[in-house]
Formats: sequence, structure tokens, C-alpha cells
Amino acid sequence: MEDVMIHNLVKTYNKQTVKAVNDVSLTVRKGELFGLIGPDGAGKSSIFRILTTLMLPDSGLASVCGLDIRKDYKKIRRIAGYMPGKFSLYQDLTVEENLHFFAAVFLTTVRENYDLVKDIYEQIEPFKTRRAGDLSGGMKQKLALCCALIHRPTILFLDEPTTGVDAVSRKEFWEMLKRLKEQGITIMVSTPYMDEAKLCDRIGLLQAGSIMSVDSPDQIIRNYPHRLFAVKAEGMSRLQQVLRQSMIIKSCYSFGDYHHVTLQEETLKTIDGSELTERLTNVLKQSGFIDVEVKSITPGIEDCFIDLMKQS
Amino acid sequence: MRTLKFLLQKEFRQIFRNKALLPLIVIAPIVQLLILPLAADYEVRNINLSIVDQDHSSMSRDLISKVTSSGYFKLADYSPSFDKAFRQVEDDRSDLILEIPPGFERNLIRENPQQLFVAINAVNGVKAGLGGSYLSQIIREYNNNIRQQWLPANKTTSLPAIEITNANWFNPHMSYYLFMVPGILAILVTIVGSYMCALNIVKEKELGTIEQINVTPVRKYQFILGKLIPFLVIGIFVFSAGLFGVARLVYGIIPVGNILLLYGFLVVYLVAILGLGLLISTFASTQQQAMSVAFFFIIIFMLMSGLFTPLDGMPHWAYIISQCNPVTYFIEVVRMIILKGSGPEDIKKHFLIMSGFGILLNVLAIWNYRKTG
Repeated sequence: MEDVMIHNLVKTYNKQTVKAVNDVSLTVRKGELFGLIGPDGAGKSSIFRILTTLMLPDSGLASVCGLDIRKDYKKIRRIAGYMPGKFSLYQDLTVEENLHFFAAVFLTTVRENYDLVKDIYEQIEPFKTRRAGDLSGGMKQKLALCCALIHRPTILFLDEPTTGVDAVSRKEFWEMLKRLKEQGITIMVSTPYMDEAKLCDRIGLLQAGSIMSVDSPDQIIRNYPHRLFAVKAEGMSRLQQVLRQSMIIKSCYSFGDYHHVTLQEETLKTIDGSELTERLTNVLKQSGFIDVEVKSITPGIEDCFIDLMKQS
Repeated sequence: MRTLKFLLQKEFRQIFRNKALLPLIVIAPIVQLLILPLAADYEVRNINLSIVDQDHSSMSRDLISKVTSSGYFKLADYSPSFDKAFRQVEDDRSDLILEIPPGFERNLIRENPQQLFVAINAVNGVKAGLGGSYLSQIIREYNNNIRQQWLPANKTTSLPAIEITNANWFNPHMSYYLFMVPGILAILVTIVGSYMCALNIVKEKELGTIEQINVTPVRKYQFILGKLIPFLVIGIFVFSAGLFGVARLVYGIIPVGNILLLYGFLVVYLVAILGLGLLISTFASTQQQAMSVAFFFIIIFMLMSGLFTPLDGMPHWAYIISQCNPVTYFIEVVRMIILKGSGPEDIKKHFLIMSGFGILLNVLAIWNYRKTG
């Protein structure tokens, strides 16, 4: 059973001049934690806004829990929880008032569904008489999540919930999502942070409105077609120039303290795998680099993303 | 129904919590009602007068004391020559010059006709017109007195004279307050209805809270009603505070007509003007935009409503614009009911037109809301 089905979805802005969502198809299974990964402007929010019935697509089909986004939008609104990327609760109401208000408009009460939000709400309860606008970023996110959960939704849409939140709060937030998943709630979450991708059951990599790949994070990494090396030496920018000009190098981009490097197919055929790091080190030393460090590494989601981006 | 109750609860909570808005709703109308009618007072007093008396006779002194004691004029100076007095006008220290020629008394008694010279600074047309007419009225009266004194008694009876007696109905003392206060009351209600309603809805758009509401089962009509009802209540409150508070206690204005009729029309008017606010909010995406658009309409509505100037004096095309302005009808009805005690029959036309505005504006607003949402 699929909780979200998207088929050939297209959405354009500005009289069809800007394609925000370009022929996207994907499914989210029941009880799954699905991540939509992509940089700013990739079309993540547009997909969320279509699925939460805030916006109609130009063409294509989409359904949430078997309900069509065009025909059954009223029913979708009753069963879906949505947390927009921008904090959108009433800033001049207190934490408590916001929670009670959103429970009330769903014709339920906080008490009725308290068990679902208890873990999260307890963290912000000391501030329950504080106005939502005066909360810190992490607290705001927790309150927003509570408000999105208070009507016991069957599916939760979280649009960039961890953007602009500190590392500790981010970690906490993902742990909260894991616990919600255990309660059987289907969660669709978007994030621009690639490191959060591996916390999802399955992910969709989105770039410029198009889905490049949908799979589990492990499978996406397994499908990475190249051997990847991390290279480091004195003078990193000169190192990048030299590597990019080299005939045997396919691609090179900086990644933290290292440059990530893939090799041309022909090079891989002629040279034995185990010797590669040694050969690469020697070549660079001959070019006058000191402190050269080359190691073979397993790719991360970001490497896969960059590779897929180049392919398309 | 329950949803609407929660929405209203939330709305009032937010309004009462808004430290800037609440005083504006309660205090601003009172202050405005206290100050604005004073500014809209057309009676001109304290006209500065220069007198050039070249006669220095008992008659000229008599005339001068009549003029200065009238209360309209302030004796600015007493110049020996017209040129000196004219300098005073040039320096804006004087608005009017009254020149009494030499031998005024002697010639008046001997030769009968005599001339006085009045020069008026007409930069401010209203002041000049009124000052001139006040002065000539005083001189005419003075002249009549002299004629009665100096002409033989039997001749006075044969003088043909038509005397005009005025009766000022509905506002016997021609008080400007009586005319202006109801008008300004109408404007205040307009501002609350259009401005605050539009800004409030656009604020939800700007902060994104409207999206959070849109993903809940709250229906659009519930959301709109949840916005209109609070401002309807506030509009009625502001009107009542103005009518029973300031107008009654400060200006002593007690409505002559039926209060229920007045409030009935107020509600219809508020529905129309809230529709305008709603319409503005569907066009604007930021509070700044809403403010600019609402301001544009309020200014036109205010100046084209007959609040300050009579509509009959406008060119025909301007008159037509004023007839497309809901505020015109509201001000008219408020004045009619409060001052004249007009009944339902008299305001039937206004009532129908206002209902038309109400339906038109609200339908337009909801239609546009659908389209954009």
C-alpha cells in the first residue's frame, strides 16, 4: 500500500517560464520515512505544497493515502499533517494557545492526542506561556511539529524541518521522527543536508525539478559506478587545477578537507585496483606536491548526488 | 459552527494582545473626534484688520469701534497712510484694510454720499470672501443707523424696505460641530472596516499562517467570517463610543432619529466596507501593499464623500464619482438620522444602494479569493 503516489507531476511558475517540478514520479510506502533530498530551488517545497493541497499542479496525478489531491482535497486536509519550511504558527499566541487552537480546528483536543506529542511537548512545556514568536529556533521547530501532529495524522509532511537549526537540535529532531515512525505514521521529509539522507528509509534525489534517483540510501551508494578517492596535499587549489587538467582524472571536486576524485574508465582498465592509490600519490609527488595523501573511500550520498547531476 | 467559535476566539485574543492596535481602536477615534471637527470649522474669526483713519472724527471712531467689537476682526494696526497699511498686508500681518478718507464725517453730513475703501488680501479665498462680507455687513448696518438718526422721522416710514428673516432648521445655531462630527464618525468606521480588516488578513498571508490554516479542515467561508465578524464588532464599538461618548458628552449631539435604524444601516455599511477590505487583501501579498492600496481608497472616499465640501458644488463628472462612493451614502444617512430624524422611508434609496455595494464588493472579493487561492 502506497501512502503517496506521484505520477508525471508538472508545476510551472510565471506563466510556464519557470519549471519548478518537471515530470516527477515517485511513491512513498505506508509507514516509511521518506526523504526528498535536493539543494535550494530543486522543487521540494513545490511538491509538498501540491501534496498538502495548497497548490494545484499543471499536470500529472498525485494522491495521498489513496485520496486524489484534486477531488478529495478536503479529506486529505483531515488526515495529513504539514509543517512548512517557514515557521507559520501564530507568533502572538502562546505555545499552549497555538497547540490548543490547532487541535480545535481539527475538532479534537490536546488531551485526546497527548500521547502522540508527549515526548516532544514535554521539552517545550516549561515555556508553554511564552509567545511562539519569542521561542528559539529549535523550540519553534518542536512546537510546529507538535501542532502538525496534534490531530493524529496518518501522514506527516515536513518541509525542511532542520534548516537553520543547530546540530544538536537536528539530531534530536531526527530521533523524534524515528519514534513517530515507530507509531506507524508515514513521514515524508525534505532536506538540503545530504548527511541526513542516510537517516531515511528511502530517499528521492531531486535536482532542478527532476527526480534523479529513488531508492534506499544504501542502494543508491551501492549503485555508485566509480571508484572514489580522497586526495589531500599542500596547496589545495593548485592541486585541484592540476588534477582537473590530468588525462587520467574524470572528475575532481573539493569535499571538506579533501578533493574527491574519480578516474577515467581507461585508466581503471590498465592499472590494477590496489596500485591505484600508490600510482596517484607518485604522480602528484612528481608534480611537486608535498604531504600528499591519497585514499580509496566509499562514496556518500553527496558523491552520488554530484555524479547523478553530471549524468543528466 | 464550533470551528468558527475557535477562530473568533483566536482572533479576539490576538487583537486584544496587540499592544499597538488596541489603543488605536479605542483611543484614536476619541482623539480624532475631539480634534478633527475643530480643524473642519469653516467659521472665520480673527481676521487681522488694518485701519487707515484719515478723518479722526467721532463718526469714524464710531465705525471703527463697531467693526472691532463685532468679534470677527482683530485690529492689527492703525496706519497713517494706505501705503503703510499695505506693507502690513504684504508682510502677512494684516488681511484687510479699511480706509476712511479725510473729511468723511463732514462730507457725509453735508453732501450725503461718501465712500469708504476696503482692500482684501485674497490669497486665502475663503477668508477673503467671508472677511469682505462681514465687513460690508457691518458698514451697511452702520449706514442704516446713520440714516435713521439723520433723516427726518416721517421720511423713514416711507423708505421701502424688504426685511429677510432666516430660520435655520435642524441646526438652528449653524454649528459646524453638528455637521462635522457625524461625518467624521462615519470616516472612522470606514477606516476600521477597510484598513484593519485588510491588514489583518494580509498579515496572515505575510507570516504564512494562512497556509497552516489552509491545510486544516477550516473552510474558506469560515476563515472569512472569522475575519469579518471581529471587525464588524469593532466597527460597531467605535461608532458607539463616538456617538454616545464623544459626540454626546463633548459636543452635546443627541440623535434625533431612530437609533435602531441608524445601527441597522451601520451594519449594512460595515458589511460593504469589510468587503472592500477583503477585496484589497486578496490583491495584496504584503501589509505594505495593502496599506498603500487601502490608503488610496480612503483618501478618495474621504474627499469625494461630501464630508468637507458640498457635493452639489462639484463638476458633474466628480459628482458622479462621489455617487459611486459608499462613504457618501453613509455620511448622508448618519447626518440625516442624527440631525434630521429621517425615517426608514427617507433612507430607503440609500439602503438599497448600500446593500448593492455590500453584495458587489463581497462577491468580487470572494470570487478573487477563490481565483488566487
